Amino acid sequence: MVHQVLFIIFGLICVAGAVNLLVQRHPINSALSLVVVMASLALIYLLLGAEFLAAIQVIVYAGAIMVLFVFVIMLLNAGAEERTRGSHIALFVGVPGVVVLAGTVAWLLIHSGSRLGGVTISSSNFGETHAIARLLFQNFLLPFEVTSVLILIAIMGAVVLGKREG
Amino acid sequence: MVPLSWYLILSAILFSLGVFGFLLKRNIITIFMSIELMLNAVNLSFVAFANYWNTHPARLADGTAIIPLSGHVFVFFVMVVAAAEAAVGLAIIISIFRTRETLNVDQVNLLKL
Amino acid sequence: MDTKTFILVAVIKIALVVFIMLTGVAYTTWLERKLVGRIQNRWGPTRVGPFGLLQPLADGIKFILKEDLLPDYVHKGLFILAPMLALVMSLISIAVIPFGETITIAGHTTALQISGITHAGGGITDINIGLLIILGVTSIGVYGVALAGWSSNSKYSLLGSLRASAQMISYELALGLSLVGILLLSGTLSLREIVFSQSGNWVLGGHDTHVPHWFIFPQIVGFFIYLLAAYAETNRIPFDMPEAETELVAGYHTEYSSMKFAMFFMAEYVNMFTVACLATLLFFGGWHGPHLGFLPPLAQSLLPVVYFAAKVFFFIFLYIWIRGTLPRFRYDQLMAFGWKFLLPLAIANIIVTSLIVAWRG
Repeated sequence: MVHQVLFIIFGLICVAGAVNLLVQRHPINSALSLVVVMASLALIYLLLGAEFLAAIQVIVYAGAIMVLFVFVIMLLNAGAEERTRGSHIALFVGVPGVVVLAGTVAWLLIHSGSRLGGVTISSSNFGETHAIARLLFQNFLLPFEVTSVLILIAIMGAVVLGKREG
Repeated sequence: MVPLSWYLILSAILFSLGVFGFLLKRNIITIFMSIELMLNAVNLSFVAFANYWNTHPARLADGTAIIPLSGHVFVFFVMVVAAAEAAVGLAIIISIFRTRETLNVDQVNLLKL
Repeated sequence: MDTKTFILVAVIKIALVVFIMLTGVAYTTWLERKLVGRIQNRWGPTRVGPFGLLQPLADGIKFILKEDLLPDYVHKGLFILAPMLALVMSLISIAVIPFGETITIAGHTTALQISGITHAGGGITDINIGLLIILGVTSIGVYGVALAGWSSNSKYSLLGSLRASAQMISYELALGLSLVGILLLSGTLSLREIVFSQSGNWVLGGHDTHVPHWFIFPQIVGFFIYLLAAYAETNRIPFDMPEAETELVAGYHTEYSSMKFAMFFMAEYVNMFTVACLATLLFFGGWHGPHLGFLPPLAQSLLPVVYFAAKVFFFIFLYIWIRGTLPRFRYDQLMAFGWKFLLPLAIANIIVTSLIVAWRG
């Protein structure tokens, strides 16, 4: 019961934040709504027993990647209000299209919901940091090393691309 | 007890809102943020299924057991790749802004300045 | 304990801790003015009350009664949100900090920590990821600074806030990495468990040295890195270039007045408290100290809190002492120090610590 109420509250906050991201015209407001979406997703991860991932979502996604977005928006300072000219047709076709897409997926899931079962807040030590670390450094060691090389390449690329000419 | 389908429906709604934003917005930074929204929706699906496989253990067709926490590890990798992509993508956006003085994708449609 | 008692106890703990914290913040401002004054060979506040002890009260009344300006050209929503975000995020970290073991009043045993839960069997559970929560909340605190400068719609504020947030996110890396040495030694992210793993004495080669099992001794380099990174995170001297009066007017809080400025001010001091509490928990053994057996049980359960408070006071004194003594870094020196010195040193600390831990088995 408490589980369902909490999920509905945080789920509504997620969807409201995502809708606000699309509705706002200035990118800084969209960025802050996305931060709200990520924070409520972190709380939903806690409901699913993924405590380490919830902390990492707040530290990495909401606390570093979105700070980068906010920095770029503040530095460029040209993302002022945009005026869409002539794409009202896209609005009239797009919104029903998205509703149909999400509605089809939702109907399929509810229809087969009885075969999928449920999710509980388990009191076992699921999602513990030790267990994730064990998997990461034993079974998934190669992807781990490859992603560290990937981050190194991304750092070098960002530094080179961000330099001013001359 | 929350049915698994509710989590998946939330993930589908967030993903479709991300697709909607990606196709319809005109500001390059907002488009980029819609991509991040799509990635977050997919992360939610992974975590929901990780919890599901924990309570309903199962095996693949060839007999290997499904490790429930591999969902969490995959989300970890998605976050790392999203961070790398955000860094490089924003650097590209900054350099485009320096030459073209605009962030509207409709006006960045010629290779010639 | 049943739900109603649990909620009542939790609300009492929250109210008590927040009240003590905010009073501590107010008197830290008094202590700072007195100590910096004495370091500079002058008296500090002496007129308001004996030894100037009512000065924080006078300052509080001044803040409340001042005119609260809202300039025309600011982005109003973000302008009001930014100081609230900074203050709320600093206060959230207090929820996971343990001040002592347990306290038993009228038959109910509860942990001396807002987020500690007692089982029926008497054991205490803490949040498994307490340390990560504090790091996460520090990361979100950067938004308060960034949005304050941007929403003020003024050049000084924007530059000051960009510099301050760039400084904060650069030193967050060194801060997180300096704590990895502690994690390797204690094996857990829960703050209560880290303090428990510091009980007893160090045993070298089979016989008991009478040195407490605090992590400051093996992790002296980590402690040094943590302290410097924490000073940069809280924007205190020698790293307070973004809010120095002689630079950029006042940096990101130029346009703020009265209560909103007071919120930034309080957020800075609460961050100082969090850093000091974390340093005592992770490096100085938390609430461990000499056991005095002749005290009644209630005083015995409050004695660890006294030890904890004494250690935290030492760190606050260190903050103020350094503020009165050192000049400030220039901005490029500051960034070079964080990226080119502290970060490689922190990584080297992790490598050496993990080699030693793996070698000892």
